[in-house]
Amino acid sequence: MNRIGVFVCHCGLNIARTVDVERATKIISDYPGIVYATNYVYMCSDPGQDMVKDMVKEKKLDGVVIAACSPTMHETTFRNTVASIGLNPYRCEIANIREQCSWVHQDKEIATEKAVEIIKAAIEKLKLDKSLIPLSVPVTKRALVIGGGIAGIQASLDIADSGYEVVLVEKNQSIGGHMLQLSETFPTLDCPQCIATPKMVQVSQHPKIKLLAFSEVEDVAGYVGNFKVKIRKKASFVDWDKCTGCGLCMERCPVRVPSEFDELLAKRKAIYTLFPQAVPNKPVIDTDNCLYFTKGKCRACEKNCSVGAIDFQQKDSFVEEEVGAIVVATGYELMDKEEIGEYGCGKYEDVIDGMQMERLLCPSGPTNGIPYRPSDGKIPKEVVFIQCVGSRDPEHYYPYCSKVCCMYTVKQAMLYKEAVPDGQAYVFYMDIRCNGKGYEEFLQRGIEEDGILYLRGRVSKLFNDGDKIRVWGADTLTGRKIEISADLVVLAMAMIPSKGIKKLAEKLRLATDDYGFLTEAHPKLRPVESLTAGYFLAGAAQAPKDIPEAVAQASGAASKVLSLFSKDELSHEPIIASVDEEVCVGCGNCVDICAYDAVELDVRTKKARVNPAICEGCGACSAACPSGAMQQNNFSKRQIFEMVDAFI
Amino acid sequence: MKISYFPGCTLKTMAKNFEDSALASASSLGVEMVELPRWNCCGTVYSLTSDDLIHQLAPIRNLIRVKEQKNTRVVTLCSMCYHTLKRANKMVQEDSEKLDKLNNLMYKEDVKYDGEVEVLHLLEILKNEVGFSQVAKKVKTPLKGLKVAPYYGCLLLRPPEVGLDDSENPTILKNFLESLGAEVIDYPYETECCGSYHTVVNIDLVVERVYDILSSAINQGAEAIVLSCPLCDFNLDNRQKEIKEKFSEFKGIPVFYFTQLLALSLGLKEKACRFDLNFVDPRPLLKSKHLTGGV
Repeated sequence: MNRIGVFVCHCGLNIARTVDVERATKIISDYPGIVYATNYVYMCSDPGQDMVKDMVKEKKLDGVVIAACSPTMHETTFRNTVASIGLNPYRCEIANIREQCSWVHQDKEIATEKAVEIIKAAIEKLKLDKSLIPLSVPVTKRALVIGGGIAGIQASLDIADSGYEVVLVEKNQSIGGHMLQLSETFPTLDCPQCIATPKMVQVSQHPKIKLLAFSEVEDVAGYVGNFKVKIRKKASFVDWDKCTGCGLCMERCPVRVPSEFDELLAKRKAIYTLFPQAVPNKPVIDTDNCLYFTKGKCRACEKNCSVGAIDFQQKDSFVEEEVGAIVVATGYELMDKEEIGEYGCGKYEDVIDGMQMERLLCPSGPTNGIPYRPSDGKIPKEVVFIQCVGSRDPEHYYPYCSKVCCMYTVKQAMLYKEAVPDGQAYVFYMDIRCNGKGYEEFLQRGIEEDGILYLRGRVSKLFNDGDKIRVWGADTLTGRKIEISADLVVLAMAMIPSKGIKKLAEKLRLATDDYGFLTEAHPKLRPVESLTAGYFLAGAAQAPKDIPEAVAQASGAASKVLSLFSKDELSHEPIIASVDEEVCVGCGNCVDICAYDAVELDVRTKKARVNPAICEGCGACSAACPSGAMQQNNFSKRQIFEMVDAFI
Repeated sequence: MKISYFPGCTLKTMAKNFEDSALASASSLGVEMVELPRWNCCGTVYSLTSDDLIHQLAPIRNLIRVKEQKNTRVVTLCSMCYHTLKRANKMVQEDSEKLDKLNNLMYKEDVKYDGEVEVLHLLEILKNEVGFSQVAKKVKTPLKGLKVAPYYGCLLLRPPEVGLDDSENPTILKNFLESLGAEVIDYPYETECCGSYHTVVNIDLVVERVYDILSSAINQGAEAIVLSCPLCDFNLDNRQKEIKEKFSEFKGIPVFYFTQLLALSLGLKEKACRFDLNFVDPRPLLKSKHLTGGV
């Protein structure tokens, strides 16, 4: 026999205005199984909770229904309340009579009837609720960080400095990411190489960090606290253990191809490192361009290597790592300017993107910071910057703002003026968004001191006109057409997630938005966590952001990892699927439908088996099960039917 | 291959050189364009007013004629007809309520329209079904040494959802002309508006625009312009008289329909090419290039 208590909340007037709580309480008190029913103005307040505790003791209640707001608000509160006096927390049910009743109705009579039905349904569910006990799973106190840009570096250092081991996986041959390509950083104009390389060295020297460069995550199995990660170490054709990083191989390589690190503005060899301060400072062979791999001859690198590190036979190898948490910091890239028809689809040499301009302005770049233009190496006297190319353009490309372009455009125009004092910089903009510390002041300095000419309007077309680039634009403040014969045009292309993020997100079972940016668990209150437990997000993989924000988010993700590692065991919600083996026919529907790989068929018995540590309790398998063998704890088919009966 | 053909008014009057050259060339490439019976005006300008369904009657009725011909595809030549028919078709395909209303307005028609007809431009047939490489194989008189500037205007390409190529960076005419052996020059005005119907009331505006377009092409070395729209043709070809009055240094440049050059290169005769109907006589240019097939 059930001994159930019902507690109806007024929520001030939120509920009481449209639901007659007194009448509802009275009707419910006569319902079978109810030994006590009452109402109170704020059930979630301390006196309200005390009332629940007292009555559970006094009336010896074995279950409690709280008729109040949505369970997403206070279910945890009341479960903790009843647990504090020894009642199993899963014997506490919430009947949502606010969001699903009082807030959406006006007629008090009808709303009261509906509230009573909602409470009755909760009572029927509670009658069949089992007393569940949360599971405990152990935690492997090691973290995986995917991506060795500034966000990944920061997250790795924060975790490792707290004493936990970190495996840092980077797809390129060196860590550092895009920050190492930049000229100077806004708004302080300090040198990104000078501030990033010490962190890179810290990573390489840190006893707790295992750096796997030129590697990619191949597969991830397991669950929060207990991931098994398979990592592909791509063949570099150089034995990095033997290589001393002397660089003679690169010197002697006869091949010269456009360098990706220099955004195709300079040449590199077929055996190459990304930049002189690379970490690790070891080269790889580019098999698409190496003469040995393409034509079977040369081997100059091999002949000149004094330690015999060149290994043309090297194959990809795999390592397995066990970790408890994963930080995803895969970064961004720029949208390809070849996609923009009106700006020449990349066919004009002197129309370059923002990252190319960074390389031209970088003191350690291919032109030593003097922006010689790509076509003929002349110093450009008129430079046009176009902002929002591909961003904020929902009809054609991406609707979002890429966030950093306003600032780096001011910076680039300033650096250009510094290098070419008699030159003129024009900026076409839609709005200028300078919303960081010191950012607005930086913009004003650019306009007032460097005479950067800001023109509000779009550019409709770019085309070659002799050795100039003709720019057709509009100044929407004066309402006039503008035509500029420019020597160089810089496009602030939209920031997009790194190529391959969708494939990686599938492997990791992470959600992405329409553009491939990783989705955070809550845009305001859980910005560094993903929806899948154990995964944390850092940097531009989640959304366009600048260096300070990426670093802050990385430290945030690291602190979430550390709080996970502060426990020896994790408790896991027990509202998960379970199998009635007597009924299961082994059809495998549940295995196919499970998004978390939590269900498998037992090899011997051919019955479904749920891994309770992985199951998230979504209920998909119970819906897919034709025989009813698969049931969700405390959401069994019988309970659902009883609830429906209570309604009709 | 048989396909319904919607000519439109201009093809029977001002642009006879377009129609004659198109029909003859298509037929020599194995495409039989069968003129629709009882076709009417395409609607001319696609109405952008949302409650202006009566303007969509004309294009949709033409699509009913295609069904009456037991066809599901119709080919057009004029860019404006192509645009109006295709856009009206897309509108009713996406809005069944409007389609019902239109069918009710046309209750006297024997056949009901259900959005099943596909509207094509001859350039699309040449590209996707005949294939430019196949066209190139059939060329008897390659247009060697002839420097041409393709001119798309607006309605072949815009808005992008009904355009036949990338609206900012089109290549279809370039690829087509290269398959005929011509040398295609690049200039920035190929997708600029010709001034369209302003030619009726604001000739000066059209003259200035067209002057910019033609001079840009000439400066890049073009010897002729190639296009597919009778209204563009009127502005780019006939209006050269007024351009010369206003800009005395302007020398003039012949303007072809793309089908005229197709006919010429396929070795078809004067009756098919109809260079006699062009305002700026292209025959001296063709003679100087020893391209005398249709001359």
